[in-house]
Amino acid sequence: MTVLAERQAVHDDHSEHHEGPTGLLKWMTSTDHKVIGMNYMVTSLVMFFLAGLMALAIRYQLLSPGGGIAGHGLSNQQFNELFTMHGSLMLYLFAGPFAFGGLANYILPLQIGAPDMAFPRLNALSYWLYLSGSITMMLGFLTAGGAAAFGWVGYAPLSEPTFSPGAGPDLWILAIALTGFSAIFTAVNLVTTTFYLRVPGLTMFRLPLFTWGMLVTAILILIAFPILTAAMVFLFADRHFGTHVYTVAGGGVPVLYQNLFWFFGHPEVYILALPYFGIVSEIIPVFSKKPMFGYKGMVFATMAIGALSTGVWAHHMFTTGTVLLPFFSLLSLLIAVPTGIKFFNWIGTMWRGQIHFAVPMLFCVGFLFAFLMGGLTGIMLAAPPIDFATHDTYFVVAHFHQVLFGTAVFAGFAGFYYWYPKFTGRMLREGLGKLHFWLMFLGFWLTFMPQYKLGLEGMPRRVATYVPGLGWQFLNELSTIGALIIASSFAVMLINLWVSWRSPVAAGDNPWDGHTLEWFATSPPVHHNFERLPPVRSERPVWDFHHPDAIALSHSNGNGNGNGKVRQPITVGSGSDGEPE
Amino acid sequence: MRIEALFLIGIAVFFGIVGAVYWFWAYEQGGTMMLAGTTLLGLLPGAYYYWWSRRMKPRPEDRPDASIEEGSGVIGTFPNSSIWPFVLGMGLFLVVLSLVFGIWLLAPGFALVISAAVGVTVESRRGGTV
Repeated sequence: MTVLAERQAVHDDHSEHHEGPTGLLKWMTSTDHKVIGMNYMVTSLVMFFLAGLMALAIRYQLLSPGGGIAGHGLSNQQFNELFTMHGSLMLYLFAGPFAFGGLANYILPLQIGAPDMAFPRLNALSYWLYLSGSITMMLGFLTAGGAAAFGWVGYAPLSEPTFSPGAGPDLWILAIALTGFSAIFTAVNLVTTTFYLRVPGLTMFRLPLFTWGMLVTAILILIAFPILTAAMVFLFADRHFGTHVYTVAGGGVPVLYQNLFWFFGHPEVYILALPYFGIVSEIIPVFSKKPMFGYKGMVFATMAIGALSTGVWAHHMFTTGTVLLPFFSLLSLLIAVPTGIKFFNWIGTMWRGQIHFAVPMLFCVGFLFAFLMGGLTGIMLAAPPIDFATHDTYFVVAHFHQVLFGTAVFAGFAGFYYWYPKFTGRMLREGLGKLHFWLMFLGFWLTFMPQYKLGLEGMPRRVATYVPGLGWQFLNELSTIGALIIASSFAVMLINLWVSWRSPVAAGDNPWDGHTLEWFATSPPVHHNFERLPPVRSERPVWDFHHPDAIALSHSNGNGNGNGKVRQPITVGSGSDGEPE
Repeated sequence: MRIEALFLIGIAVFFGIVGAVYWFWAYEQGGTMMLAGTTLLGLLPGAYYYWWSRRMKPRPEDRPDASIEEGSGVIGTFPNSSIWPFVLGMGLFLVVLSLVFGIWLLAPGFALVISAAVGVTVESRRGGTV
């Protein structure tokens, strides 16, 4: 008896070739969400390492007031290009695509029991647009005038041709447009997949919290990225087609650029945070051996953060004098409430749990510390009086680095260590992982805490040099040493990957005793993901399946499953190919 | 379907309120336009989903007691692999680069885009190979 085809893609008459081509052609032509997700992850990690090297160059320059060691510093133009490209690569090409292109692409269909993303070919197109955008942006370094040098925000009028001539800025603008379209296509795919390809019984309020985070993120992408793309089209038209959208000379309004940019830019901050909150919400329950504390509260907090984040764009523009201060200050302060709920629930999940401090869990705890610090200074900056005093100083730099390092790096690598066994079927070494964590944790605080002090003492951001004799050099030296420690921690991670590749340790399907459906698939999952699925009776079906005795205890809450019975999994395919019979 | 509809309508309600407050407090056109657009982004699909959710039975994935067997049957056609997204992506890449490096890049760019459009259409009719 085969109850076939549930959740199994229906192959057309070419199904005998369904493994598709191999080798390089496989990576180019595959429409499998797992291959595309892997492409995304590898590309975005390359971008992460390139941007990290740029950060090291920036920190090297700031080691002394004269720049570098013994006067061997960077030129001002080189410095401007480096901090621009560091920010652009990290924000547009690493933190976002790593989450919604890489991890979500790979994990989201598995978490909801889907055979693939809803639009596989559109998914592949997203990746190629993202790769083209990345190459376009990096091409700026090869042009005569160098890469873009106006900061990752590209404010007009600095980005107008009078002040930023040359091909580098043009390439930057077009790269943003390309990656913007790639993000929009991915978002459409994620929303459609979540709405239409869930497994029976997996209602919206049983979705894993990572999937919820990605759903809200995708909506935010649909709100924000079209506006960014429009802003870039206007900017390009100003530079080349003689329009005057942002130039005062022709009757334009420069501050319009800031409005458009930050209407993208602030949701973008949460596009870079919500997926990572989702990762943390996956990992903490698994390693505390408890269900998520306050599941619905987490869902509504995710929605509230997403909604509020779109109403606060002008808190980046307090000092322009053209925005309504109380409105934006109020909404910005309100975001602290759902974020506080999340912190409370994460800690509530760990409370009296059997916590196992494996590497993913360590990174999550590191995230809690890092993001708390970044979040608290964020609340300070939401108050206009403090913002007026610290605007464009290193205080702001330290704040957003703690926020984004907390999410994209601590939580991002928590997810990487957590799902690596699923991606490859191999384990990473625990010892090397812990060394990576502790080095990164130390380096993180050493890099960014001195920057708060520098900012409060008045050091402006985006300067290649500073006046000697103000006592800033020691703090800058501490920060540079911290950056080197962070870099060494990633060398440890690369060694870990190398060791895992050279002498593999088999992971099995469910090494962490996970809760959600991806741990029911094989490691790595087969084409079209599932040959069998467990019944879904709560938000952690795989855990229920493996621990039938615990169900009566943990889920006797009226979901119709308090009787402790678990049915056998249903075989949905007769063999590895899943041909209908 | 109902939760999905309410989720999208919730976006419209929230941004409708925020947009109204913003307009009557700040009298600023740019932000109000963006908030109004966001309201429509929630309202259009949300209303459509709600209209449908009133006219259909809950799907198996909407019911907490559904069993896996209820999802059996065809749920869609998923291509195994396709070269055309790559061709289309590279074509768009060249079209975009033509704005910087010279208009001549439009020729190979459009050639790739058009061949990809034809290719993906024919592929769908045939049913998806490489």
